[in-house]
Amino acid sequence: MSNVALELKNITKTFGSVIANKNVNLVLEKGEILSLLGENGSGKTTLMNMISGIYYPDEGEIYIDGKLTHITSPQDAFNYKIGMIHQHFKLVDVFSAADNILLGEKMPTYSIRENAKKLLETLPQESLIKEVKKGEKVSKTLDFKVLGDYALTYLKICALPFIKLGKFVQFDFLANNRAKKLQEVADKYGFEIDLNKKIYDMSVSEKQTVEIIKVLYRGAEILILDEPTAVLTPQEIKKLFDVLRKMREGGKSIIIITHKLNEVMEISDKVTILRKGEYIGTVETKDTSEKELTEMMVGKKIDLKIERTITDFDKPLLEIRNLSINGDDGSSKIEDVSFYIRGGEILGVAGIAGCGQKELCEAIAGLRKIENGAICHKGDSIVGLPAKAIIDKGISMSFIPEDRLGMGLAPNFSITDNMMLKTYNDNKGPFVDRKTARKNAEALIKKLEIVTPSTETPVRRLSGGNVQKVLVGREIEAGPNVIITAYPVRGLDINSSYAIYNILNEQKSKGTGILFIGEDLDVMLALCDKIMVLCHGKNMGIVHAGKVTKEQLGLMMTGSLDLTEVNAEKNYGIAKDSHLTEEQWEEEKEKTEGKGENEDE
Amino acid sequence: MSNNVKAKREPLFHIVKREDLKIGYKIMIYAIAIVVSLFLGGIMSSLASKGDPFSFFVSLIDGCFGSSRKLWVFLQQMALILSVSMALVPAFKMKFWNLGGNGQILIGGLAAIACMFYMGGKADDGVIVLVAVIASALAGAIWALIPALCKAFFNTNESLLTLMLNYIASGLVTFFLAVWVKSGSGVLEPIKYGNLPELGNPYILIILFGALITALMFVYLRYSKHGYELSVVGDSPNTARYIGVNVKMVVIRTMILSGAICGLVGLLLTSGMSHTIGVKTAQNMGFTAIMTTWLGNCNPLMIIATSSLVTFVTKGMEQVRMDFGLTNDSIANLIIGLVYFFIIACAFFIQYKVVFNIKLKKAVKATADNTVVASTEETSTEIEENEEEVK
Amino acid sequence: MVQLLQSAIRFSAVFLFGCTGEILTEKSGHLNLGIPGIMCGGTAGGCLGVALYMASLSDPSKPDYFALVMIGILMAFLFASILGGIYALLTVSLKCNQNITGLALTTFGTGFAQFIMDNFVERGNFSVASTYIAQGFPFAQKLGWFGDIFFSHGILVYLAIIIALVVSFFLKRSKIGLGLRAVGENPGAADAVGIKVDKYKYISILVGSGIAGLGGFFYVMDYAQGMYDSYATIEAFGWLAIALVIFTLWRPNLAIIGSIVFGILYVLPYFVGGDSSTRSALIKLIPYVVTVLVLLVISITGSKKAQPPSALGLTYFREER
Repeated sequence: MSNVALELKNITKTFGSVIANKNVNLVLEKGEILSLLGENGSGKTTLMNMISGIYYPDEGEIYIDGKLTHITSPQDAFNYKIGMIHQHFKLVDVFSAADNILLGEKMPTYSIRENAKKLLETLPQESLIKEVKKGEKVSKTLDFKVLGDYALTYLKICALPFIKLGKFVQFDFLANNRAKKLQEVADKYGFEIDLNKKIYDMSVSEKQTVEIIKVLYRGAEILILDEPTAVLTPQEIKKLFDVLRKMREGGKSIIIITHKLNEVMEISDKVTILRKGEYIGTVETKDTSEKELTEMMVGKKIDLKIERTITDFDKPLLEIRNLSINGDDGSSKIEDVSFYIRGGEILGVAGIAGCGQKELCEAIAGLRKIENGAICHKGDSIVGLPAKAIIDKGISMSFIPEDRLGMGLAPNFSITDNMMLKTYNDNKGPFVDRKTARKNAEALIKKLEIVTPSTETPVRRLSGGNVQKVLVGREIEAGPNVIITAYPVRGLDINSSYAIYNILNEQKSKGTGILFIGEDLDVMLALCDKIMVLCHGKNMGIVHAGKVTKEQLGLMMTGSLDLTEVNAEKNYGIAKDSHLTEEQWEEEKEKTEGKGENEDE
Repeated sequence: MSNNVKAKREPLFHIVKREDLKIGYKIMIYAIAIVVSLFLGGIMSSLASKGDPFSFFVSLIDGCFGSSRKLWVFLQQMALILSVSMALVPAFKMKFWNLGGNGQILIGGLAAIACMFYMGGKADDGVIVLVAVIASALAGAIWALIPALCKAFFNTNESLLTLMLNYIASGLVTFFLAVWVKSGSGVLEPIKYGNLPELGNPYILIILFGALITALMFVYLRYSKHGYELSVVGDSPNTARYIGVNVKMVVIRTMILSGAICGLVGLLLTSGMSHTIGVKTAQNMGFTAIMTTWLGNCNPLMIIATSSLVTFVTKGMEQVRMDFGLTNDSIANLIIGLVYFFIIACAFFIQYKVVFNIKLKKAVKATADNTVVASTEETSTEIEENEEEVK
Repeated sequence: MVQLLQSAIRFSAVFLFGCTGEILTEKSGHLNLGIPGIMCGGTAGGCLGVALYMASLSDPSKPDYFALVMIGILMAFLFASILGGIYALLTVSLKCNQNITGLALTTFGTGFAQFIMDNFVERGNFSVASTYIAQGFPFAQKLGWFGDIFFSHGILVYLAIIIALVVSFFLKRSKIGLGLRAVGENPGAADAVGIKVDKYKYISILVGSGIAGLGGFFYVMDYAQGMYDSYATIEAFGWLAIALVIFTLWRPNLAIIGSIVFGILYVLPYFVGGDSSTRSALIKLIPYVVTVLVLLVISITGSKKAQPPSALGLTYFREER
């Protein structure tokens, strides 16, 4: 019985031409908490998905408890006592916590044969006939007591099939004694949870607790938590860590996927770092520092030879003050952020996934309401305006959410029809003008070298990179004065990426202000003029791309370096030549206190 | 550790969404499906009587094209189904499941008959017809508007609501029949006022209407801004909102259109054909049109094909019934249903392919000695095998 | 009044069978619009069974009660299940659109039922069979109006109520019922804990269809005293049963009450104002209108407890990358 709970050797996984994991090694010992650290796209989630049975590795081996295993399905992972807690919970809303935990529980098979055997063994030993002495005479009579025992036993045997049926269907499954059992598990690790509460009434942290109890109840020995603290408040994080420590003391082995270096330092015993799909190394937490971890995570700077076009910067086009935004689950995604974008400037936004970029984009584009703060475009507030009005002002968003066809494109439409999405109503009359759109589509295909059979091909048939080209290209066509672009080169090959950078530089020369949300620090350092770093929705500082180092950016991204605190006297994000005076800003901010919806549903 | 895990042998293939199939393949799959299902239908008819599958096909064709009158009737029926399908196309394209075609047709017919009943003899026939046209379109539109509003504002399930409205419409018809027909028989005599004009023969008007509506709907969907908007709403509601389309308005507007067309079909059926109304006036076209529209993939041109097919089988079956001496029309429903099933199943083979997991087979074999084989379920390795066209 | 109630309760069994069956199906996430066709199919199957049995008897005026009932029920269930199986095959394994498949099944089922009835079912002995099936408890007459209302019904009525109660209990309190509900609410969650989603769907559709089929059989054999004119009446009941599912908020024990209410509404025209056909037409509308109101109310209030299963109508496909 080795001390190693889980070991991965030379794990490789590719999806088409994309290498998600390359020769990754991982060792998880029993009773240990291991952090898996890496940037976006480093392959962390893919790796964990292989351990939990969602994917199957192309190469490499997985050893559990020293034995070579093949995990081919989530059920396998269960059987090997691996429990994964995903970022997106798999819970049934209308059920209570107890229901969700007990769902699908495998009862041990009830064997009629074994139980029958047991019952047969209890058959009375005495014979049925007994002798009764009545004075001198000895007569034989039936011993009714023994007869009764026999009958009872046989009756019980006959009832076995029905008992099996009952156990199969498991009536009164959710009766009290089960609730008690669950409560025991919860208490053992220090969870505070009301097991009869319905999921739809629960907070995110409570839902996460239910997911954890679910895996523990099924006897998981190896737990994997994917970004567990992303949705928690500091108090909830503390509670979670107490629980994790208790589990570790109980002999469980835990892998946490996280970005937050402070948490890594606090809770884990060891740290494994991945970068761009490759295994960088494993260190003991007590022997390392946040700086060292950051260096391993981001690596050395690569000179990408991307040009940074020099333009004369205009007055600020878009100004944002003290912006606070809440996410769908009610937690704060952006907190008191101020920044501005000038015409002819590219402002990069760096940050770990989930640091609030998505919500920021949506708020600016008018698709999400803000809690506090002010957003002004050329001096006019755009808070509360409908999305269309904001588009009309020349603020264009080429935002690429998780499924890139989700919001910017209609998957079954042709490229031509997608080109028309924002401009179809511009011409007079009841008919749409496809001719112009088709011409634009053809020009775009040529310019960006989009690979497609024709302009009429449905967009969903294009490869991911080409889809993005269509999206970005379309946004540019509209001639905006502010472009918000998020991960525009995600999934693109080198040439296409450079094509996109060139487009952005072109726009920049025309005086457009660009907000560039990206994940590749090397690119951003080369392309952007300034970079703002967000960490958990807070502004960690705005720096000149030419002057900052990659390590500094990395530290800011993980929250270890907060320039707004270090250089408190500098007013990050406040433009000296703003369109509005300070008083006007205060007025705008007041207007937004508790403002209502600006979506139409 | 897990020695009591049962090694279940699950089928080592799984189903993966296919990339688009070439048009030729698609047509071939559909053609096979139709022929096979009709052949089965032929066998069934033969079992029930003295015929044989080949004369089955002959009768089918004879029933639709055997004489010029039959051809007219065929075209007329087809035009009717086509028209109702056109009413449903914009709704379905928006992913709004308007199952209330029957009710909207009935209400339109009811409105038309009401005009004829109350205005008959008191006003000029031309005037009556004009009023009836407006009334029937309006009535159908309102009948469709109700579920549209409920869905737009309350997110009510439109399938169930439109279904129920069918029955309410039917009940209203019964009610009015009770009011109008003093004898209590519930059967209204054909009204001679306010009938739609016959252009040459009784069929042409309806055929023209069908052709016109199809052409108009085609243009509307493909070339108009409205059509574009409703396609966006159906394809990606989020994108629609993002570009500023008022989804609620689009839903309401489209349903008004849908209902109005159905209402006009009701007018045709009453004022133009039977000159009376009853609960069976709609001839279940609302449901049949659902099938033709969906099977025609909401594409007006394809729907011409599916409507023709359905009409062909329906009308053809009437002839089969006569020729084969079958007692009633049950077999017709049976065979139409069968054709539907086959075509529906086609959609599966066009959209998905069956993929075999070679990787997993190896994995299972390799671990048979050393470790416990866990239950083999599906994981991904897109290794293309020949798909089986299992029917 | 007593007659009204007695009639209504008797009639309610038709709805109750259909409703319970469809609730079971919908709990797995499948909206089966083929119920009207399935009920017709059940009718045909049950009638076929009865006809065959009666034909095999030497003395057709004295069938064995137990055999008669059992054969009828089993055949009805079987035929209805087979039709439901077609729906299941198309929507679960072949992942076709549920609405469309259901409607196709209704078309097919009605034709199928009529076909069987016309060509294979000998109806001569039905009135005899019907009196047997419809008979209630022997002591019912002695208890006056109380006996009339509660004990005078045929066995199928009681069976309907028992089935509804069993299904309700099963859904709420058993492990498999919990799993089934999870499949209908969030198949992804169920799949993640190892529940075989497809298997659960198949079984619930097959059993649900079978139960619904019993409703049609009951109608012909019990209520209509062996008369079967066309499939149209039974088809209409099917749609009402689907309406009833909404009306009872997907709860089988409420369905018992709900179907009695619908039963009352349905037979009311015959008891009240028999002369005024306008009134009776309006009264016939009430079940549908009420259902529409219920639909509106639950969507307006959005109460979490009263919603249909969240995954209703959606095809489940465990996505691969």
